[in-house]
Amino acid sequence: MGKRILMKGNEAVVHGAIAAQCRAFFGYPITPQNEVPEYMSKCMPEVGGVFLQAESEIAAINMVYGAACVGVRAMTSSSSPGISLKMEGISYIAGAQLPCVIVNVQRGGPGLGNIAPAQSDYFQAVKGGGHGDYKLLTIAPWSVQEMFEHAALAFDLADRYRNPAMILSDAIVGQMLEPIEIPDCVDTDIPAKPWATTGASGRSRNILTSLYIVPEDLERINLKIQAKYAAASLREVRYQEFDVEDADLVLVAYGSTARICRTSMTMARKKGLKVGLFRPISLFPFPSARLAELARLGKQFLTVEMSAGQMVEDVRLAVNGVSTVDFYGRLGGMVPGPVEILDQAGLSLERMHPKSYTVGARFGMVGSGE
Amino acid sequence: MHEEVIMSGTGGQGIMIMGQILAHAAMTEGRHVVWFPSYGPEARGGTADCTVIVSTDEIGSPISAHPDTLVGMHQFLFNRYQPIVKIGGRLIVNTSLIDPATVRTDCDVVMVPANVLAEEIGNVRAANMVMLGVYVASTGVVSVESVLASLPEVFPSHRHKLIPLNESALRKGAELVRG
Repeated sequence: MGKRILMKGNEAVVHGAIAAQCRAFFGYPITPQNEVPEYMSKCMPEVGGVFLQAESEIAAINMVYGAACVGVRAMTSSSSPGISLKMEGISYIAGAQLPCVIVNVQRGGPGLGNIAPAQSDYFQAVKGGGHGDYKLLTIAPWSVQEMFEHAALAFDLADRYRNPAMILSDAIVGQMLEPIEIPDCVDTDIPAKPWATTGASGRSRNILTSLYIVPEDLERINLKIQAKYAAASLREVRYQEFDVEDADLVLVAYGSTARICRTSMTMARKKGLKVGLFRPISLFPFPSARLAELARLGKQFLTVEMSAGQMVEDVRLAVNGVSTVDFYGRLGGMVPGPVEILDQAGLSLERMHPKSYTVGARFGMVGSGE
Repeated sequence: MHEEVIMSGTGGQGIMIMGQILAHAAMTEGRHVVWFPSYGPEARGGTADCTVIVSTDEIGSPISAHPDTLVGMHQFLFNRYQPIVKIGGRLIVNTSLIDPATVRTDCDVVMVPANVLAEEIGNVRAANMVMLGVYVASTGVVSVESVLASLPEVFPSHRHKLIPLNESALRKGAELVRG
């Protein structure tokens, strides 16, 4: 491993992408992800790649579409309103079965919203977002180190399934500085791309399109796409657990909210509350099987998000009524604090385990001198 | 050791770089550290604050709901963050722009006329480094030497001519604490 460097998440994802042989970036400015195109404009020319600031988000995603067609590892990044603008292009890329990586450094919405952290684009990321039956292979980093590492992971997933992959970050993970270690070389798996439109001399013509006029043809393509998602659901589930074994209550959170929950969990344990943390890393495919197993083991859940309740729907689908799933969310760029989440955990424990927990719920530290 | 500090002020006061220099110094001392910014869309005159967490342990939450220390450079955000500082925490107050009468009394308070002190060494814009010097010397989170050594690492090379000014502002702040 190399030496420790202090870096923003938005810069780390650039270094990760370039280390993973990304050689084309197309973007358009929007806070809080502006460091991504900024560093790309500096780093891409150094490795002989293409950096282009497009005239709009829509242009940028369609440039990614074109670059992906020739087999280059191509990427774009934006933040919530800009990602919405890219949706048509993303659907086309998924329809044409092409690999690419899209980074969403989420901010407050809906509409123009604000530039503060949020997780309210979960549905858009994992359920499709654009039109048609497609999904994005979605991963959620929670540290600057993972912003670096997930770039290669996202490109590998995209190439493996010939499908766009999304790194679903947020204004906290994107903008925070942390020391990271950049390895001398990054493990990445770039398969042969015999389907790429690289000039047909000496071989038959390759056609990449999302237009299939005959319904029988389009259904066949759709079934093929769905088969890829079924395969990914078996192979690409990623998650992390903390103190789940003996927990009465398991916090479920991803990205920066999972970081905050980890602090809440440590506080809870110090107070004798049996709280654990389950952190989905892959949001699609979602770690449903493991959550179902934990529910069968008698675990109860509190899902925490910076949204009105989006991932909690997938948690409830996984748990399927076997145990209780509570929800706590903050909206519009508000970030829940560790004590605030601890309070909610206390309330959930009291309600779910009235015999074991009568903790008087509130642990608020303001005025307590702790 | 676990220290959470919020540095707050207004756009243009150098709030972000104060925190970045502290974060860099903490990293060079082998600590875990996270820096997180928050600011309005304005380049100058809007609100600007950053959180720095320095710890001997791995850091969970990168945001601080109840900081150990608040460094206040301007009245507006000082009023917002002062109530959430832990009782018995530390307030480092720029009295050039914050009315001392508005400061909580249940904390360890350090009053610093940072703008005046920075003007004395030649540039009011070094007020942030005076405050950082006070912060570092009064908390001991990192050594003043590590902070000084971090300046050339954090400042882009085209700003290196400003390092001597910033060094003297940092020393001035630290000396204020040490007496």
